[in-house]
Amino acid sequence: MPYKLMKGNHALAEAAIRSGLALFGGYPITPQSEILEYLSDHLPAAGGVFVQAESELAGINMVYGAAAAGFRAMTSSSGPGFSLLQEGISYIASAELPAVIVDVQRYGSGLGDIFQAQGDYWMATRGGGHGDYRTIVFAPASVQESVDMMPLAFDKAEQYRNPCLILSDASIAQMMEPVLLPEKIACNPDHDWAVRGKRGQAFKRVTSTMYYIADFDAYIKKKYDTIQENEQRWEAVQVEDADVVLVAYGISSRICKEAVALARAKGFRLGLLRPITLWPFPEKGFAAVNPDVSAYLSVELCALPKLADDVRLATGMNVPVSHFLGGAHTPSSRAVVEAAAALLNQ
Amino acid sequence: MNEKRTPKLLVTENKFCPGCGHGIINRILAEVLEEAGLDDMAIGSLAVGCACLMIDTFGVDWVQAPHGRAAALACGVKRVRPENFVFTYQGDGDALGIGFSETMYAALRNENITAIVVNNGIFGMTGGQMAPTTLPGQRTTTCPAGRDADLTGQPLNIINQMKHLPIGYLARGSVGSFREINKLKEYIRAAVRNQMDGCGYALVEVLSPCPTNWKMPLKAALQRLDTQVKSFFPTGEFIKEGEQIHG
Ligand SMILES: Cc1ncc(C[n+]2csc(CCOP(=O)(O)OP(=O)(O)O)c2C)c(N)n1
Ligand code: SF4
Ligand SMILES: [Mg+2]
Repeated sequence: MPYKLMKGNHALAEAAIRSGLALFGGYPITPQSEILEYLSDHLPAAGGVFVQAESELAGINMVYGAAAAGFRAMTSSSGPGFSLLQEGISYIASAELPAVIVDVQRYGSGLGDIFQAQGDYWMATRGGGHGDYRTIVFAPASVQESVDMMPLAFDKAEQYRNPCLILSDASIAQMMEPVLLPEKIACNPDHDWAVRGKRGQAFKRVTSTMYYIADFDAYIKKKYDTIQENEQRWEAVQVEDADVVLVAYGISSRICKEAVALARAKGFRLGLLRPITLWPFPEKGFAAVNPDVSAYLSVELCALPKLADDVRLATGMNVPVSHFLGGAHTPSSRAVVEAAAALLNQ
Repeated sequence: MNEKRTPKLLVTENKFCPGCGHGIINRILAEVLEEAGLDDMAIGSLAVGCACLMIDTFGVDWVQAPHGRAAALACGVKRVRPENFVFTYQGDGDALGIGFSETMYAALRNENITAIVVNNGIFGMTGGQMAPTTLPGQRTTTCPAGRDADLTGQPLNIINQMKHLPIGYLARGSVGSFREINKLKEYIRAAVRNQMDGCGYALVEVLSPCPTNWKMPLKAALQRLDTQVKSFFPTGEFIKEGEQIHG
């Protein structure tokens, strides 16, 4: 299969179409608008529905409706728009429906700015909206991974009947890289849980499933425990003998990969643990780390540390966990090596 | 001999307060859907409000929308299942307050859905607070001295907002009298047919009593509905088969 040179947003959008996307409802916001632009053109041609919604609130509820009807549906947004999606995501999770939501992260709270960042980590991994739910969160580190995660996100969303997030960022969305695209698949929307009109059957009620499930607390806890057990994904780079291990996802993990090579060339045993799913957090990935590791360094593109907390939880705080932040100023791999080396000398 | 016939869609007794207008509207909607043969093909997008109570008693496929978002949700369903009859059932707070944008934009896009909006002039479910449709001077728990329109604005008249739009059908009915109830059934019938004929957006606003939160016996509530409320919100058809009705 031939590689194509594609911009992150376009590649992700094309992968969504090929994953059987039936409806997209969304609202423009930089740096994800090319997803809408691409789908407005290509999705109807592929037999799907594109709606530019009047707001993110409307967009996510169109997704909710199409998902309830059994179809693969998706929206995408960034920062301020991602905040507006949370109410709908909570409803979709509560009704136990599959859907895919993309957040192309940008910097800052409030209006913020349009460049790359990783500040939505908590909102993405802690549920984000009200009540007891989690979303499976995939974090692509390349254009190819943005593509590969799309069919996976839809499959997992349907397997667990739960919304999945793809947590990308402005640089992965805007960069161009060669990609292999998946084959287009056809999906059957007539799931037994989908509303299609009774058609001779009993009527269906798509609402918070808690109304109809006995011992719901235990039921929903088990559901998320199962996901946590089975869906952790990560990449480990030279962690077995590492004296310091970097932890980073998405675009910052690429800086860290470079840092590992740089450090190793100088004889400094640096490693990297890259979470591919942010929830469930890949706790299991830490088992392969050198038991005598001196420190962890969480490298995050935000002004306040967030990922570092999950590293502390995953490691039981047996080893010091520090953070290296780069919000408005993207760190260089050299600076990361220096920060890691400083931990070793402490 | 009189025969008491209950539509099969009303699978069990409703859960509304005694004398609530929602009960009558449910009955009419059930009769219309059954006579149109759509009970098996209907999918409802259900609002948050006293409408919620229908999910176990009105036997069509339902999706529970977040408060105010029923129209957007219905669009999502209809766009992927165009062969189904897709409708919203909403209160006035839901459709015209928190969900005003979603309601208006569904109409602006002329989505092929049918909206039933129950105007009882109050937030029923949450215990009688002011709604977008509360009449000037009307007392509610958040305007205990009576609605001051200089302070809170005039009640929202959704018919006036929509009557110049190129949509399929627009009407306001009432459950205030037998005469009005018969007319209302015609309006809901037309709004259902409109969608099945592919004629675009249809909305029927229904004036309805909330005896509980109006703190009135049913007779007085119906009297108020048929006089004060109806003179502020006139009933009738405003758009039919895509044509504006002047009068
Ligand atoms: C986002 C959100 N805000 C507030 C509420 C609380 N709430 C539930 S129903 C309702 C008002 C319902 O009034 P209306 O739509 O007029 O319906 P009615 O009960 O009068 O038929 C409110 C404010 C909610 N459920 N969700
Ligand atoms: S509170 Fe009012 S609207 Fe709600 S069920 Fe009771 S009477 Fe009807
Ligand atoms: Mg009301």
